Amino acid sequence: MVIDKFFFNLGSYVNLLRSSLTRPEKFSMYYKETVRQMDAIGVGSVFIVLLISIFIGMVTAVQFADQLGDSFVPSYYIGYIVRDITIIEMAPTITCLVLAGKVGSNMAAEIGGMRQKEHIDAMEIMGVNTAAYLILPKIIAAVVVIPMLVAISAFVSIIGGYLSTVIPGTISHTEYVLGLRTFFVPRYVFMMFVKAAVFAFLLTSISCYMGYNAKGGSIELGEASTNAVVMSDVFILVFDFLIALILT
Amino acid sequence: MIRTVDLFKSFGENEVLKGITTEFYAGKPNLIIGSSGAGKTVLLKLLVGLFKPTSGQVFYDDTDLFAIGDEALREVRMKVGMLFQGNALFDSMTVGENIRFPMDMFTKKSTAEKNKRVDECLEMVNMEGINDRFPSEVSGGMQKRVGIARAMVLKPKYLFCDEPNSGLDPKTSILIDELIYDLTHENKITTVINTHDMNSVMGIGENIVLLKDGHLVWQGNKHEVLESDKEVLQDFIFASPFLRRLREDALKQRHAND
Repeated sequence: MVIDKFFFNLGSYVNLLRSSLTRPEKFSMYYKETVRQMDAIGVGSVFIVLLISIFIGMVTAVQFADQLGDSFVPSYYIGYIVRDITIIEMAPTITCLVLAGKVGSNMAAEIGGMRQKEHIDAMEIMGVNTAAYLILPKIIAAVVVIPMLVAISAFVSIIGGYLSTVIPGTISHTEYVLGLRTFFVPRYVFMMFVKAAVFAFLLTSISCYMGYNAKGGSIELGEASTNAVVMSDVFILVFDFLIALILT
Repeated sequence: MIRTVDLFKSFGENEVLKGITTEFYAGKPNLIIGSSGAGKTVLLKLLVGLFKPTSGQVFYDDTDLFAIGDEALREVRMKVGMLFQGNALFDSMTVGENIRFPMDMFTKKSTAEKNKRVDECLEMVNMEGINDRFPSEVSGGMQKRVGIARAMVLKPKYLFCDEPNSGLDPKTSILIDELIYDLTHENKITTVINTHDMNSVMGIGENIVLLKDGHLVWQGNKHEVLESDKEVLQDFIFASPFLRRLREDALKQRHAND
């Protein structure tokens, strides 16, 4: 039963994506909607991304400094570890998990509400390809903007690590910066952007799918919103593992 | 003209429509009536292609709605306007933006031309000057009119109205009926109205289709409603003793005049 449901939803999800990837009725309308979504996803999420990122960087640095203790590992490794953990895992994954909660639930509720108020039916009858008009701009906006948010997150996390170790005097400015510049692998930055783009696609498309297929009333709308977050989080983690397997 | 041929629709085990064959005429208000659960809304949604039939066909003139592809279906739909029961106006847009939306999406008109057409449509429904208000800032009756204005903005060939009088007081209901009637005749459009408002039936019913338990049980016009002895029709339309007395009086008066 669960497997049947999974494959039914997978098929419906693929069909919806296929319908959404068609030629827009009018580019200017899609462009306007994409810019609006970029503003909502990007500008609307900067504050929460800054907040979580600075704390992630601070916690990573403080805990790693504590584990180093009096070991033989040089203390400049703190900067090196904060940089790599942030770029490889924390910035793309944690940022996208948080955005699944903020942006994903919002998209599911918005589209689900439109379904329940017959707005989607009204657009269909006007001749609008609703799958494309309501979903494609969101996916494009997210795939463009979320990697930018992830890059900001990585930068701010590293600053957070600096603030929590250099200012209290755990290590010096020179040591932290030396750590940041040691053993740098540019491929990890590429991996960060691949993860960010894939997670952005997953969280928007899954959330839009949940909203688009919302039925019933306010309880079902709440369920659609919750399912959007849960399923986005699950698939982000699954694809995190797959990307790690493929790119490392 | 819209024609349905042997239309069946089931949801799982539940067969809602059972072989509907009928015609909806151009330039006339065509009413679908019937008690709750009779299949009116399902029939209307089949007519506009929001549902697919289990079997049977819907023809717009000579075009079989369910035998054409998605792209062709969208082209047919551009000739369709629809007024929803809940109006389905976009809350985040002003009245003017709501009416302009189909033009923004499908036409290459300039902003001035679009604004002019919005004003024309609002004038058509006697709602001039409310362009900048949001749907939540106007009354239910005004929202219906705005819904009609939006449905008419691309000069449709077919107009569908799902319970246009629901939630309105009798006076406003009659105004909405008259508005739909006038628009239908002036623009020679095929209008299909789903209603259980008896004022509408007796006021604008030029072609009435009565559904019961998914079957088409009677078809005629408002004059034939009075004359018909069909029990299922009389039970539905003249449900109360007061309405039955009114019918008897009307018939007596008509026979006396004859």
